Amino acid sequence: MVQALSLLLICQLLGTVIARASGVPIPGPVFGLILLMILLIIRRGPDPGLSTTAQALLRHLGLLFVPAGVGIVNELDVLRTNALALAVALPISTLLALVVTGFGMQFLLRGER
Amino acid sequence: MSGLYHAWVYLQSGPLLGLTATLLAWQAASWLDERTRHAAWSNPIVIAIILLALGLIASGTSYQSYFNGAQYVQFLLGPATVALAVPMYANLGTIRRNFLPILLSLTAGSAVAAISAMLIVEALGAPRTVVISIAPKSVTTPIAMGISQDLGGLPALTAIFVLITGIFGGLIALPLFRLLGIRDRRAQGLAGGTAAHGLATARLLLESDTAGAFGGLAIGLNGLITAIMVPLFIRWLL
Repeated sequence: MVQALSLLLICQLLGTVIARASGVPIPGPVFGLILLMILLIIRRGPDPGLSTTAQALLRHLGLLFVPAGVGIVNELDVLRTNALALAVALPISTLLALVVTGFGMQFLLRGER
Repeated sequence: MSGLYHAWVYLQSGPLLGLTATLLAWQAASWLDERTRHAAWSNPIVIAIILLALGLIASGTSYQSYFNGAQYVQFLLGPATVALAVPMYANLGTIRRNFLPILLSLTAGSAVAAISAMLIVEALGAPRTVVISIAPKSVTTPIAMGISQDLGGLPALTAIFVLITGIFGGLIALPLFRLLGIRDRRAQGLAGGTAAHGLATARLLLESDTAGAFGGLAIGLNGLITAIMVPLFIRWLL
């Protein structure tokens, strides 16, 4: 547990160093994810400790973004002034993404199984 | 009475209250979600946020004072994002077998999601911070908030956009696939995960394990691809 958590934090730390030092505007944890992925490929999979810790963290993933979401109390004005733009943009963009990805994937997989 | 008041003032200045309230609100929201058997409208994240926001407004507590404690929960988002590598590794075989179709359709869908949302809000007069905040709205929240923060958006706003996207995507995905004849479970899962992350994937998982697996895969890959592409879109469009 502690060992796995250390590994996750080390990946995040190195990822953040890479992101800051390179100036690439990708979040440090995303670089950390790639680093851990490379490590898992080299090691041919996670050890049981890492699996358990990852599962425990990801099972309550929802909880982890509650604090930022509560920040909405400071953004109510922004939401109100842009309500129309948001009410149009969010559904339409989601619909388009569903259609493009779904059709694209179905087309590219045609003929298989 | 004044003793209680002093305790209240003391608690407001420390992290204990914000942290405890966050965990309690989450448990209450999860309990409600269990009781409603995970109904489509019941989203524990939204409910917990509403409970806490109402609590802050009712008690006159500032967000900054609340965040003093809640930041310890938020901090775990970083390691949790790194931990997404574990379920992604489990799907590595699937990714390798269908590498090119997955990469092409996911990149196209991911670009369409971000660019169409950005262009629409910009055309309807939204300020730059809103345009940036909406760009990663199809990505799973921890990555979306990271992208938003790094690029000068408002992470809280992004979190709300991600939620609305997920709820809408979860409701519309299956009827839309039926209407348009998108029957391949792999395509359905990839589309749901790309357009509307975990919330649509959870809905699709009820129909098919294959769709669920491809949804999970799309959530992680879309996080990566969006993180790489959105900075470019912002440079081009703004």
